[in-house]
Amino acid sequence: MSSPLAIETKDLGRIYKLRGSKKETRKELVALEGVNLTVERGELFGLLGPNGAGKTTLIKILTTLLSPTSGWARVAGADVNAEPESVRPRINMVSGGESSGYGLLTVRENLWMFSQFYGVPSKEANERIEALLEMVGMKDRIHTKSSDLSTGLRQKMNIVRGFLTEPEVLFLDEPTLGLDVGAMRDVRRFILEWLKADRERTLLLTTHYMMEADELCDRVAIINKGKVLACDKPSVLKQRLQKDALFEIEVSPLNGLTQQMMLDQPEVTKAAISETETGAKLSIGLVEESALARVINLFTQKDVKVMNLSKREPTLEDVFVDLVGRSMAEEESNESA
Amino acid sequence: MAAWLGWVIESNWTDPFLFAVYSIVKPVSGAAILVIMYGIISQGNFDSAMFPYIYLGNAFYIYVGAVMTGVSWAVVDDREHYKTLKYMYIAPIHIPLYLLGRGVARFITGSIAVFITLAAGILFLNVNINFAEVNWLLFFATLVIGVVMLAMLGLLLAGLTLMTVRHEGFIGEATAGALYIFSGAIFPLNVLPEWLRPIGYFMPTTYWLELLRRSLVGNVAAAFPTLANFSDLQILGVLTGLSLLFGTVSVYVFRWCDSIAREKGLIDRTTNY
Repeated sequence: MSSPLAIETKDLGRIYKLRGSKKETRKELVALEGVNLTVERGELFGLLGPNGAGKTTLIKILTTLLSPTSGWARVAGADVNAEPESVRPRINMVSGGESSGYGLLTVRENLWMFSQFYGVPSKEANERIEALLEMVGMKDRIHTKSSDLSTGLRQKMNIVRGFLTEPEVLFLDEPTLGLDVGAMRDVRRFILEWLKADRERTLLLTTHYMMEADELCDRVAIINKGKVLACDKPSVLKQRLQKDALFEIEVSPLNGLTQQMMLDQPEVTKAAISETETGAKLSIGLVEESALARVINLFTQKDVKVMNLSKREPTLEDVFVDLVGRSMAEEESNESA
Repeated sequence: MAAWLGWVIESNWTDPFLFAVYSIVKPVSGAAILVIMYGIISQGNFDSAMFPYIYLGNAFYIYVGAVMTGVSWAVVDDREHYKTLKYMYIAPIHIPLYLLGRGVARFITGSIAVFITLAAGILFLNVNINFAEVNWLLFFATLVIGVVMLAMLGLLLAGLTLMTVRHEGFIGEATAGALYIFSGAIFPLNVLPEWLRPIGYFMPTTYWLELLRRSLVGNVAAAFPTLANFSDLQILGVLTGLSLLFGTVSVYVFRWCDSIAREKGLIDRTTNY
């Protein structure tokens, strides 16, 4: 408990060597590069970025599952690479979007077994299991074999597994991935309640849901292509865009109008395009509201009809667009292409 | 805890009746195949010392597959099937001990299979074991040393399995298959070409099976020249020495594989094979 920092990284890097079919095709993938982060005890810290940004790689290093190729990281005061045995009793992790667990065991047995690995006295473990299952709304499934649970319930069981051992630092990797809206809400509420119960608890959450990061996190690091682009409170990150007027415009098909054409307009500070069933949705930032008329004029020249237009407050998505130049969805589709 | 988990997985994959049937039918079928083959080749000469040699070697060899692959298979099971290996890794437990614990369940099911095979041999196939002449001390000492040795070999295989993402499931089977040939399980080592025999002499399983046979039916083992010049105590010494050697090597190999797996990010790598 000596270090005030729950997590600290310095120039942390990770390069994967990808093996091709022949030796000469061997490539290197930079998953993390020069990551410097500090997370204080009691913080709910968010890592926000598209798929493949390096969030999971960072969590794997911090949870001692993966060695870094450069730099160092400390969790709860101990070096994750040199002293993994000191780190492990003080952390736990939950990965979303997967149905891990022993299907032959009941929910209680699965959770109880993991609690025993952490040395939680059996009676106390059973009490915690009941209380946590109650909190996530699945106490009635305590004696159900986990193979008989739906994917969402199995994920909730896993989330309980992470919280059960009362770790000093908890890592949640996309905990709401694949959950329905109601379950997502339950999990978010549960996370906040858990943190509120003890101010020393620290939680690092990765997500690519902007709203989730905005709603939950004390501070957020925006990560893309292995690099941390910005790190601050969500409100501070959004403030940097307050000087721009942000508009969301639904239009008919673009008829050759491109993102670059819009960015070429001197008053347009940012522009992101996503296709819709009826045409496209544009998110644009303008130096002043009055410039909107000239953007509309550009649409008219291209015979693009405006179907809906609204002004809005900046979001973390806008911050991402501002930092990367593209929306997170565009970045993901670009990566997978 | 790991042993309990292993037992639940081993015994609860089907209903108790099917589990009981499977536990009996599998070893008996395996032995029956060997008996039929032997009967055809020897033209029904079941009085030869060769028959109990083969039968006992085959029966106890069940432990090799069960214990050795039981330990290493836990890596495949947890990483690929249950996707829990990473959670085990970040828990404050000693992973080698956890894997050895998972092997205990296979030891129990293996013991049931060995017992059933031996019982079938004694009751129906004229495998003569005179219980009054059995050297029980030697038998149990050998059994314990052998099972520990097999568990440590399993740890070595678990390390290799950890580093091998593809085809990992075959490592245990391939090793058990190779040991079957070189350990004198179903034929004496002197049947092998001379240049292949040193492999068998280096394998602790060779001495383990020899001692088990000697403790149960001393005259049968004496009928074959491979290790006839060695006393029981000498063979026990060799078995203990080789077990210690292989056990130590296994611990170091596992540590090395574990560190490579962390470096390469293989601990939670799944293939969906």
